[in-house]
Amino acid sequence: MVFVGLPLAALMWEATSEGTQSFWDAVSSPEAVAALKLTLAASLGVSLLNAVLGTITAWVLVRDEFRGKVAVNAIIDLPFALPTIVAGLTLLALYGPTSPVGIDVAFSRTAIVLALLFVTLPFVVRTVQPVLQELDPEVEEAAHSLGASRARAFVRVILPNILPGILSGVALAFAKAVGEFGSLVIITGNIPFETEVSSVHIYGRIESGDPAGASAVAVVLLAISFLTLLSIGVIRHLATRHDR
Amino acid sequence: MREAASRLGLRSIALAYLAVILVGPLLIVFWRTLQDASAAWDALATPETIHAFKLTLIITAIAVPVNTVFGIVCALAIVRKRFWGKGLLNAFIDLPLALSPVVVGLSLFLLYGEDGWFGGWLNGHGIEVLFALPAMVIATIFVSLPFVAREVVPTLREIGDEQEQAAFTLGANGWQTFWKITLPSIRWAVIYGVILTTARCLGEYGAVAVVSGRLQGQTETATLRVQERWEAFDVAGAYAISIVLAMIAILVLVAMTLIRPKEERA
Amino acid sequence: MRTPIAVIAATSVFAATLASTASTGSAAPGSRTGTKLSLVAYSTPREAYGKLIPMFQKTVAGKDVDFTQSYGASGEQTRAVKAGLDADIVALSLAPDMDELVAANKVDAKWKKQSFKGMVTDSVVVFVVRDGNPKKIKSWNDLIRPGIDIVTPNPFTSGGARWNIMAAYGSWRKQGKTDKQAQANLLKLWKNVVVQDTSARAALNTFNSGKGDVMLAYENEAYFSRMQGLDLQWVIPKTTILIENPIAVTKDTGDRNTANAFLRFLRTPAAQQVFADYGSRPVVKSVENANRKKFPVRPGLFTIDQLGLGGWGAVQKRFFDPKAGIMARFQRIVGGSTG
Repeated sequence: MVFVGLPLAALMWEATSEGTQSFWDAVSSPEAVAALKLTLAASLGVSLLNAVLGTITAWVLVRDEFRGKVAVNAIIDLPFALPTIVAGLTLLALYGPTSPVGIDVAFSRTAIVLALLFVTLPFVVRTVQPVLQELDPEVEEAAHSLGASRARAFVRVILPNILPGILSGVALAFAKAVGEFGSLVIITGNIPFETEVSSVHIYGRIESGDPAGASAVAVVLLAISFLTLLSIGVIRHLATRHDR
Repeated sequence: MREAASRLGLRSIALAYLAVILVGPLLIVFWRTLQDASAAWDALATPETIHAFKLTLIITAIAVPVNTVFGIVCALAIVRKRFWGKGLLNAFIDLPLALSPVVVGLSLFLLYGEDGWFGGWLNGHGIEVLFALPAMVIATIFVSLPFVAREVVPTLREIGDEQEQAAFTLGANGWQTFWKITLPSIRWAVIYGVILTTARCLGEYGAVAVVSGRLQGQTETATLRVQERWEAFDVAGAYAISIVLAMIAILVLVAMTLIRPKEERA
Repeated sequence: MRTPIAVIAATSVFAATLASTASTGSAAPGSRTGTKLSLVAYSTPREAYGKLIPMFQKTVAGKDVDFTQSYGASGEQTRAVKAGLDADIVALSLAPDMDELVAANKVDAKWKKQSFKGMVTDSVVVFVVRDGNPKKIKSWNDLIRPGIDIVTPNPFTSGGARWNIMAAYGSWRKQGKTDKQAQANLLKLWKNVVVQDTSARAALNTFNSGKGDVMLAYENEAYFSRMQGLDLQWVIPKTTILIENPIAVTKDTGDRNTANAFLRFLRTPAAQQVFADYGSRPVVKSVENANRKKFPVRPGLFTIDQLGLGGWGAVQKRFFDPKAGIMARFQRIVGGSTG
């Protein structure tokens, strides 16, 4: 806790070091608000996409059998091992103005989603995978043989069990998306009010000699993230209460 | 028939998703490196790069065990214990991720900088934290903190505590129960948690860059070298270093999967 | 028992071994035995210093002097030195960063009174254009034509990008426009900006990827990219700003004599020629004249002090204050300010 608590405490102290008025000024400036909105919307969207696509990927990796599955499983974590700048560069090369596949979404809000999907890809996959591995496939088969359709078996039998895993991954993905910097600065264009996310806005304030304002925006972003994570926890609690 | 179709459908969705988001970018990295293989090799074979890899491995080898133990303890506390503020703790764990790396660096400056909370005292006692290994380790631990806990929590919930209770009733103590019952059931979660943490430690740039002081050949990690190579217009070299980082991550994954108990192999 | 924990224990041992083998390398440069100089600089001149340091070590004053080098964005390096990063010599991309260090009592306020006003290299703001300059961009007025896409670093995230802004504003002033007219033009220019990268290098990456008609850049960066095999074309406008890069010895240097000797060495013709080879304009006039072909004279070249705005200190506040600066206001106007 010391590891997390101390830096956060220092940040809050810095944020309020110039009084509540400048704290409020920094946080309520139009560009800060625009960046906050964009960051939170993009992060939530990306988390939801992750929830669906990540769960499918995890299921395929655990229950399906196909040639090359081992290799696919091995590369899932690579978005983390690659420095974020490389992530930005390759996405720009692949989906930028000189795209070999003819898709140019660079320097737009789509690019934000793309970059965030890349850097958060492993989370839901890796949190659902171990739960599925512990879950006996026979339960699923039994439900199926008793006449339940695949979809029904999934909703009734699998989903309640893997939901904590999904939400765990979603929480991680959301948090990571909120804080992402390195890959976004390369591919989004950083236009204020359009594609400038909070981490870039905060960086701008630090570079302009306003560490207190930077901390203030960071603290507000953290507070909102904290509330979001808390509500994810509440959803999990409500969703799994009945079988406890 | 329908079952095969839906299985195939899901497989296609998953693979298409991975192709667009993951495989495409990775292929670009490999392709660009191979295009200029000699420059790539030159970037890898310099003493600075080798030292940078050593430093990255040291930091990773310290941060990963610390975060693994912390993560397992935290997960056990969250799932098995009842205490006030449990929900808060649960949400608190993810916060380090939501902080952008530059801000992590800033907050460590506030703590350990010359005018920081502890910086003056530490300097007075000749202990160097900033611009040396300790700060880089602290930054790395901070940014890779939640993974193991987040992996283990859902699995712990899923397996329930019946077996642990049974072991208790049969007279096993806490340690024995943990080693013989709990750990084997959560091992996959721990494995994935360790892999994620390792990958994150290897790839971390922002926070470490700020607190390292970027001293060439001293506090330069592999990712700082990547940035340096890119700034010097040596993209092939930057990509080559990244590929080695990716390879290390894959090696860790393979090693972790190989150590699973015998009965599960085959 | 074969569990992940066993592996973790093994890696810890491995870590300890590695740490002991590399401890000499990862130790901070706190203890200065003999003569060791720590150079903290912005990224651009990295390659030039890579060549200059061995040259210095061959001179009498530089014999047996070891160097620790650190390169990064000028603002980040400034903050690191403020937080206690050991530095004997600081080389930054613009004067306000040096003034920050004066305020933090790291550099003597008299640094500007050193030879060459405390500067070590110069450069100018140029327009990097597409092959054959299809949009015929030659002057600052061409940048405010509708439909011109401009790439520049963001002046709030990149200290260096402030040179670009002041080059534009100052050029209009030098052409006889009033403060109001120059500001109006600057706003028009800003409306044409399509990407605001966080650094000059990132902006070049963006331009290379095919985005934009013109990129505001520094001549030395442009030459350096060309040296690295990039096929760049650029136009030097008739009026543009003279970029001046400061260098200073810090107050708590362990070896002031050697550090000063290094600064003197950097201003010798031989060292200035190396800077010129890497694309920077030498501050030593004779060397600049010898490289005239590479660094053509522009009639309307001006320095920040010649704008009569009170120098960088006042300019920072008036243009680049993140709350009330002119550029902060422009960002809001261009962004629609609805948010």
